[in-house]
Amino acid sequence: MPDLLIELFSEEIPARLQGRACEDLKKRVTDGLVEAGLTYAGAAAFSTPRRLALTVQGLLAESPTTKEERKGPRVDAPEKAIEGFLRGAGVSRDDLEVRDEKKGQVYFAVITKPGRAASGIVAEVLEDTIRNFPWAKSMRWGAGSLRWVRPLHSILCILSDDAGEATVVPMDVDGIAAGDTTEGHRFMGNGRFAVTGFDDYRAKLKAAHVMLDTSERAEAIWQEATNLAFAQGLEVVEDKGLLAEVAGLVEWPVPLMGNIDDEFLGLPPEVLQTSMKEHQKFFSVRNPKTARIEKFITVANRTTADNGATILAGNQKVLAARLADAKFFWENDIRVAEAGGQPWLDALDNVTFHNKLGSQGERVARIAALARELAPVVGADADLAEAAAKWAKADLSSEMVYEFPELQGLMGRYYAAPAGHGTEVADAAQEHYSPLGPSDDVPSAPVSVAVALADKLDLFTGMWAANELPTGSKDPFGLRRSAIGLIRLILENSLRANIKGILEVSFNDLVEVTENSVRNAVKGAAKSYPAETEYFENVMQEELEKLRKTVEARRNSLLSFFHDRLKVYLRDQGIRHDVIDACLAMPGNDDLTLLVKRARALSDFLKTDDGENLLQGYKRANNILSQAEEKDGVEYSYGADLKYTEAEEEKALFNALAGAEGTIATAMQAEDFAGAMAGMAALRAPIDAFFEAVQINTDNDVVRRNRLNMLNQIRQICLQAADLTKIEG
Amino acid sequence: MADKTGKPRSFQDIILRLQTYWAEKGCAVMQPYDMEVGAGTFHPATTLRSLGSKAWAAAYVQPSRRPTDGRYGENPNRMQHYYQYQVLIKPSPPNLQALYLGSLEAIGVDMELHDIRFVEDDWESPTLGAWGLGWEVWCDGMEVSQFTYFQQVGGHDCHPVSGELTYGLERLAMYVLGVDHVMDMPFNDPDAPIALTYGDVFRQTEQEYSRWNFDVANTEVLLRHFEEAEAECEAILAQKYDDPKTGKRIVMAHPAYDQCIKASHMFNLLDARGVISVTERQAYIGRVRALAKKCADAFVQTEAGGYAA
Repeated sequence: MPDLLIELFSEEIPARLQGRACEDLKKRVTDGLVEAGLTYAGAAAFSTPRRLALTVQGLLAESPTTKEERKGPRVDAPEKAIEGFLRGAGVSRDDLEVRDEKKGQVYFAVITKPGRAASGIVAEVLEDTIRNFPWAKSMRWGAGSLRWVRPLHSILCILSDDAGEATVVPMDVDGIAAGDTTEGHRFMGNGRFAVTGFDDYRAKLKAAHVMLDTSERAEAIWQEATNLAFAQGLEVVEDKGLLAEVAGLVEWPVPLMGNIDDEFLGLPPEVLQTSMKEHQKFFSVRNPKTARIEKFITVANRTTADNGATILAGNQKVLAARLADAKFFWENDIRVAEAGGQPWLDALDNVTFHNKLGSQGERVARIAALARELAPVVGADADLAEAAAKWAKADLSSEMVYEFPELQGLMGRYYAAPAGHGTEVADAAQEHYSPLGPSDDVPSAPVSVAVALADKLDLFTGMWAANELPTGSKDPFGLRRSAIGLIRLILENSLRANIKGILEVSFNDLVEVTENSVRNAVKGAAKSYPAETEYFENVMQEELEKLRKTVEARRNSLLSFFHDRLKVYLRDQGIRHDVIDACLAMPGNDDLTLLVKRARALSDFLKTDDGENLLQGYKRANNILSQAEEKDGVEYSYGADLKYTEAEEEKALFNALAGAEGTIATAMQAEDFAGAMAGMAALRAPIDAFFEAVQINTDNDVVRRNRLNMLNQIRQICLQAADLTKIEG
Repeated sequence: MADKTGKPRSFQDIILRLQTYWAEKGCAVMQPYDMEVGAGTFHPATTLRSLGSKAWAAAYVQPSRRPTDGRYGENPNRMQHYYQYQVLIKPSPPNLQALYLGSLEAIGVDMELHDIRFVEDDWESPTLGAWGLGWEVWCDGMEVSQFTYFQQVGGHDCHPVSGELTYGLERLAMYVLGVDHVMDMPFNDPDAPIALTYGDVFRQTEQEYSRWNFDVANTEVLLRHFEEAEAECEAILAQKYDDPKTGKRIVMAHPAYDQCIKASHMFNLLDARGVISVTERQAYIGRVRALAKKCADAFVQTEAGGYAA
C-alpha cells in the first residue's frame, strides 16, 4: 500500500500558528481522503518555520468501486416519469433492469462508480485543502490571488509504493506545480533535493540542518539550555509558552547563554524577565540561591564557525540597549517616586478617562472617596484605604508602565516605598486590579479589597452612567469582568454589604458626573458667544433632559445585569438556576454573602431525600391551600388550633409545626440556613403522614378551615428559608 | 571607503551601498519626502504608489520623526529623529526574501556568522488605514528591518500586493560597524580630513528637539495646526476633478495627502507632550485615518493610481 508525503514550503510561518496548522492539515487531508474512499493506516503532521508536512501511511492505492441501486418507476409509467428517472440517476435506458415487484414490473438502475487511483484523489483533496485552509490570518502576494499564511513557494506531493519507488502526484495550484523536491535550512542547507518517502525526507532534512519535529526541537532546546545553566550552578526559569514559541522560530536550534551586565542586575526581576521575554524571546536564567536573574539564554537558528560568539555578542548588545532603556525608566521613576510622586498624580488630571466621566485624576478621586466609605465594610483603616486608592493608579504615569503596560500595578508596588508608603498601600497598588479572570486570585488584605471594590464599582457604574453598555459579545470596557470581580471580592471575603444600595449610590454619583460634563461642555462652547446665553441655556437643559430620560431605564438594567452576572457566577459554582431564583426571591437578596449561604444550604438540602420529599410535601400543601383560598376568597392565615384537630397524624403535625417554628426561627435569626433546613427536614415525616391519613376537604367547615390554616403554617415555615415555589420538579 | 575586508566603515557608506544595491536590482532611487513624517511608509512613493494596478519599484532614505522617542541624545540607539531606508516593489517579486538578504550581504553582514530570522510581525498603521503581513527581521536578536506584504492601504485592498522593506538605518549601521552608542558612529569616513561622528551631526539637535517636543511645544498651536491641516485636506478633496482654469482633469491627491501627513505629525507632537489620553488617542487616530482614506480614494482616481479615462 502506498504512503503519501506532502510538504507545503513557504516563507516563515508565525510560530504561534504552526501547531494549529499541523492539526488542520492532517484533519483536512485525511478527512478528504476518507470521504473519497481512501482509508489509511496512520498519519502525522509536522511543522517548521518554513514548512508544513504530512505523512499518511498505508493508503489504499485506489478507492473501492461502489455500486448503488436505485428503484425507478413502473415500466408502464408515463414516458416523462421514466425520462426524469434516467436523468436523475445519470444512466441510459439500456442500463435499466426490469424486476418483478408486488405491484408489477419496475425499472431499477444500478449505478457503478468505478474506483479511482489515489493520485487523482490526493490531487483534488490537497488543492481543496490549500485553497480553503483555515488560517487565522492569511495573505495574498505578488499579482496572484491565492491566499496562504505567507507566500507559498513549493508543493511536494509524492506517493511511494512498497518498493520505495516514488511518483509525483500531478497537480498545480495557481502556477505552483507539485514535485518531489524541497530545500533544507535557509542558510545551512545546500540547495534543493529530491526525496522518495517520509523517512528519506526526514533524514535528508536533518542532513540539511532541519529538525522536522517541533517537540524534538523543544526538547533539544530545553535540554541544552538547562545543561548550560546547570554547568554554572544556575537554573533556567521555566516558561512553556516561550519554549513552544522559540521552537517554532528555528529549524536548527542552538541555545547560547549570555551575560546580563552587572549594572542591570539591580532592576526588579519582573522587569528583567519581561524585557527579555517580550522583546528578545530570551529565557531568564536564575541563581537558585538568591532567586536573582543573572544570565539569559537565547536560541540561535544555526551553528557558526565561531561557535556562536558573534551571535551571542550581538544578542548581548541588543539586550544591553533594551535594559539601558529599562534602567533609564526605572531611575527616572524612582526619582519621581522619592519626591512623593506628585507629578504622576497631577499627570492623571490631564489624561481623559472617558469624555463623559472626566479625567483619570477625577476617577482616582472618586475611587479614593469610595474606598474610604467602603473601608468599614471590609475592615480596613479608612485613611489607609483612601491613601492606597490615591496611589493605586500613580504608576500609569510612570515611564516603565508606558513602555511595558503589562507591568502596571507591579510598578506601583515597587514605587510605593520610595514614595513613603507602607506595605498596605504597596500591596493595594498591585492587587486592586484583581481578580482579572475567573481563576485569578482575589485579594484578601482589607486595604487592597477596599481599593479593588472601589475601582471596579467606579468603572462599572461609571460606564453605565455614560451609557457604554456591553452588547452581545462586545464588552470593550470589561464590564462583565468587573461585575464578576465585584461578586468574587464580596463572596470570597465574606463581606456583608447591601450591594444594591452601594451600586445605586455609586450610579447616582456617576450620573451626576456625566451631567456635570454636559454642563461644562456647553459652558465651554457658550464662552465664545456671550450674546447667546439664553440659547446655550436651552441647549444645556435639552441635553440634560435627554440624559435624564434614560437614567431610570439604565439604573434598572445595571441592577439586572449585575444579577445576571451573579446567576452566571453561581451557576458556574454548581448551583441550579431554580435554587438561585428561590433565594433571590427572598428579602436581603442583595447581601451576596447571605444569598450564597442560603443558596448553598438549599442546594445541599434538595440533594437529600428529606429535602426532595419535603419539597413535594410543601408543593402539595401549597397547591391545596392556593386552590382553597382562591375558591373561598379568603386567606387562611389565622393559625390552627389543636382542639379542632381530629386524626392522630393531624395532632402530630400540629405539634411538629409548633416546635419547628421555634427552631427554624432561631436558626434563621443566626443565619444558620443549614440548621433551618434541618428543622424543615424534621417536618417531612409528619407532613407525609398527615397527607396519607387526612382528607383536607371535609363537610365540617371548622375542621376544614383548621386544616387549611395548618397548611398555611407549612407554607410560612418553608418560605422562611427560600421561595420554594420557584424550585422545579 | 571600505576597509580591506570590504566592510563599510561609516554610516553614509552603508546608505550608499544600499542605494547602489537596490539601484542594481532595478529600483528607482528616490529622494526623501520633504515633510516631517513618522516613518518611510508615509512617503507618497509608498503610501500612494502601493495603491492601484500599476507596477512600481522605488527605494529611498526617509528621515523620520518620532517625538516620543527623544532621549536628549543620551540613549545608545533611541532618537526622536532617525533615518529609515525604504524599498517598495509592486507586485512583490517571488524572490523578495533573497533580494533582501542580498542587501544585508551588500552592507557587510556575513551570513555565515550571523543569525538572521524572520519573526512574525503583522504590520498595521491605524493612522493610514493600512495593514499587511510579514515579519520583523532579526540579526542576532536585533530587529534590523520590517518586511511587509501590504494587504490594504487607505482602506483599499492592494491588487497587486506590494512588498515593503524598511531598514532602521542607525541601528543596522551601528551593528555592522560595531558601534555601541549611536552618537559615536562615524558618519563619514573616519579617515576623512574632517571626520564627523553621528553625534557631531545630531547630538545637539536631539537635545534641542527633546526639550521642545516634551516640554515647550505650544499645544494650543499644535492643536490648531492639526485642525487646519484636517480642514485643508478636506477642502482640497472637495474640489471637482475638472480644473476650471486649464480644463483638465486634475485630482489633487498629493496636496491633500500632504495635509494628512501634517495632521499626523501634529498628532505625534501632541502625543509627545502627553496631552492626549488613551480615549482621545483613538479619536485623533481615527481623524487622520479618515483623511488617509479619502486621499487613497482620490489617488485611485488619478493616472498613477490606475485610473484610465
